[in-house]
Amino acid sequence: MTEHSEIVEHAHEAGHVHRDDEASKMAMWLFLFTELLLFGGLFLLYGAYRFEYADGFKVAAADMNSFIGAVNTIILLTSSLSVALSIAAIQRNQKKLCLGMLWFTILCGLAFLVNKYFEWSHEIHNGIYPGGPALENMSNGEVLYFGLYYVMTGLHGLHVIVGLIFIGFVMVFISRDKITSTNFQKLENSGLYWHLVDIIWIFLFPLFYLLH
Amino acid sequence: MSEYSESVNTEAEAHLTEAHTHGHLVGYGTYIMVWLGLVALTSITVTIAGIHLGSLTLIAAMLIAAVKTSLVGYHFMHLKFDNMIIKVFVLVCLVIFLAFWILTFSDLSFR
Amino acid sequence: MANGSLANEVSYLEYQGKHKGIAGWLLTVDHKRIGLMYLMAIMVFFFVAMTLGVLMRLEMLSPGQTIMKPQTYNSVFTLHGVIMVFLFIIPAIPAVFGNFILPIQLGAKDVAFPRLNLFTWYLYMTGATLAIVSLFTGGGAADTGWTFYVPYSIRSAQNVTMTTLAAFILGFSTIVTGLNFIVTIHRLRAPGMTWFRMPLFAWGLYATSWIQVLATPVIGITLVLIMLERFLGIGVFDPALGGDPILYQHLFWIYSHPAVYIMILPAMGIVSEILPTFARKDIFGYKQIAISSLGIALIGYLVWGHHMFVSGMSDTSRIIFSLLTFLVAIPTGVKIFNWVATLYKGSIKFSAPLYYVLAFIFIFSIGGLTGLVLGALATDIHVTDTYFVVAHFHYVMFGGMGLMFFATMHYWFPKMFGKMYNEKVAVIACTVIVIGFNMLYFPFFILGYMGMPRRYYDYLPQFQGWHVLSTVGSWILVGGIVFMFGNLLYALLKGPKASMNPWGGTTLEWKVPSPPPLENFDEIPIVTGGPYVHDKSTYIMHPSREKIHTNGGAKSAKEEAAL
Repeated sequence: MTEHSEIVEHAHEAGHVHRDDEASKMAMWLFLFTELLLFGGLFLLYGAYRFEYADGFKVAAADMNSFIGAVNTIILLTSSLSVALSIAAIQRNQKKLCLGMLWFTILCGLAFLVNKYFEWSHEIHNGIYPGGPALENMSNGEVLYFGLYYVMTGLHGLHVIVGLIFIGFVMVFISRDKITSTNFQKLENSGLYWHLVDIIWIFLFPLFYLLH
Repeated sequence: MSEYSESVNTEAEAHLTEAHTHGHLVGYGTYIMVWLGLVALTSITVTIAGIHLGSLTLIAAMLIAAVKTSLVGYHFMHLKFDNMIIKVFVLVCLVIFLAFWILTFSDLSFR
Repeated sequence: MANGSLANEVSYLEYQGKHKGIAGWLLTVDHKRIGLMYLMAIMVFFFVAMTLGVLMRLEMLSPGQTIMKPQTYNSVFTLHGVIMVFLFIIPAIPAVFGNFILPIQLGAKDVAFPRLNLFTWYLYMTGATLAIVSLFTGGGAADTGWTFYVPYSIRSAQNVTMTTLAAFILGFSTIVTGLNFIVTIHRLRAPGMTWFRMPLFAWGLYATSWIQVLATPVIGITLVLIMLERFLGIGVFDPALGGDPILYQHLFWIYSHPAVYIMILPAMGIVSEILPTFARKDIFGYKQIAISSLGIALIGYLVWGHHMFVSGMSDTSRIIFSLLTFLVAIPTGVKIFNWVATLYKGSIKFSAPLYYVLAFIFIFSIGGLTGLVLGALATDIHVTDTYFVVAHFHYVMFGGMGLMFFATMHYWFPKMFGKMYNEKVAVIACTVIVIGFNMLYFPFFILGYMGMPRRYYDYLPQFQGWHVLSTVGSWILVGGIVFMFGNLLYALLKGPKASMNPWGGTTLEWKVPSPPPLENFDEIPIVTGGPYVHDKSTYIMHPSREKIHTNGGAKSAKEEAAL
């Protein structure tokens, strides 16, 4: 036990420190802004290089398998739906449905990562990686395209993993009734994070898979 | 279900009411409709990419992505029900981000 | 105003929680203890960076190699910059005094997220440790300058990766602090404290926090890209792979220019605290000062290009950035004129904090006006990368933020430690610091104008006179700083007890004991008026004793309660 719990105990008597869902939601949004700008820097780079090397980007994007990209988009959109439904379920006190929805979300997230894994291995197998034989012979625009491709989808994948961990913790809380129909801000916040991950993919998908 | 009280008298009271708020109940059907819309937009964006529209392809793809984003933000992320201040926050963030783009491209496009 | 029950409560310094001794500090979530832990860490790094600065001046005492080799000099100015910027100037005022004072000024018992607050300190320490470790590991300390410009930062054999990692972690620490402050200001203001009854220090921190949240991530990703380019050879900025080094500069300055306002806005907030206290007068133009903080923050996002006038970016954008840069002078001017007007017809009590503030206004004005020289395209091209630039940013950073840090140390010293320092010694130290400061940095303007480039360990013999003057100035400055800290340390150990309100301040931190008890207030006060009203009390410290219900005092807050 840390000193914090004691302060909270003490504070509860004084009626000061209380649960402030609005504050925690506000903090979550502010955190999402930092995530948005973290990716924002990369999107800016993408825009700049696409502007400078329009042809190279088109050639490189033609190599991508837009079918896998589209499947992954649908997977993430569906997982966003299931997170939203899980919140609607906990509000109605339907604990089982809520947990079921979150399990489904986790499955979607894992499916997304598996797809991503096969996609990356395919590229790497074809020699498209920094210093790889295929990349050596490509034009500057293509090299930059693949540099950004790996960084942006990699960072996005990392966020998927973090989002899954958040959801995992939230599920433990739900099953222990720490998150209930009157106290679900933690679930709401994890949901917000997961939707942000989805939104970033909504932009990554056309930029890397469709614009050839 | 109590609403987020807009007319609270003090911060202290505001905390009390909000701490026990249950949020808005949205029907499962609404979420599923939104999802169907998102899937439809995805298929539209894939279809458009197949047609050769030149530079319009990029604009169309980004517009569709923006519409999808606002659907996710407004419905899934409950911006619809959030206090004005959070909406203002989102707007400020987007405006600043847009400023980064405009100023960076004031360099790139005139070099 | 007498706080019968509070005066008997143990102070936050003596309070014994679950953990005793050192663990009571390392595991604390009390905003005041965290503030002090930040203070101790930050002081250590300030002295390290100051020592590096003095060594640089010593090297410049005579042309040619004086005490160090060129490579060492490169590492020394890089570390001086990295430590001063990332470990001292950016976090110092928000992390130390923001943490300590903000919740009390708002009438709250702590920040919104106390555990997150402690977490930022550990992040800070991790980043700081990495920065120090990078000195001695890998290929030796980074030699890129604190700006890490590509392509050199990709190619340098020195330990650039670890230094950028350190900067990344430190950036994360300031983001979390900023996030915490924004939520605290929105959610934890005492009943009746409307936005325009909030102390101006809180306004300064609010504007600062927004910059921290919305700008820092951009440099975060940029530094990550540098690491990835170095480690994996991914092509992003490397011109050999088609990358554009100017884009790196864009991304770097998208953060690092707003960061300049992260440094100065809290300092400006404190000026607005100290002036009304020692002028015994309500601040002149409260609303304008408050809004101008947000104005500076906003314009601060739009002017980064003025660091890149000679980088090869387009003429169009150079003109746009130059124009936008001039706009910053407007909200800054609003502040300066309002501060001076606050002194007009005040009953001024000269005291060490006020001396620092007056020195600040003078020195910062020089820094600000020379900033206009640099913001204008033609003159900037003449003095780019010369000592003129170095002089300018030391006048605004050290003369601005640094001096205000010292002012704040004196102003809130009695509140933080419950002890009083020797006023005479403090004033003498302040005088020595101001003399040493100007002697050290003013010659830089002249050297720069004559063409002395920055970041060189050697120079032409005709520059020696000014260099010697400057080096002697550095000794005087350091003497003054040591003198000042000596005085404060002595006061800490042997100083007389300070009263609750030694300066006659009007904001809430002066209504609680010195040092404050663990929870600051035994009852959340009600605010009934502005923060700088001198002739009547605008706070009800014990609403229950005076049988006032929270609704009554806060009616005027109605429209803002939803915020």
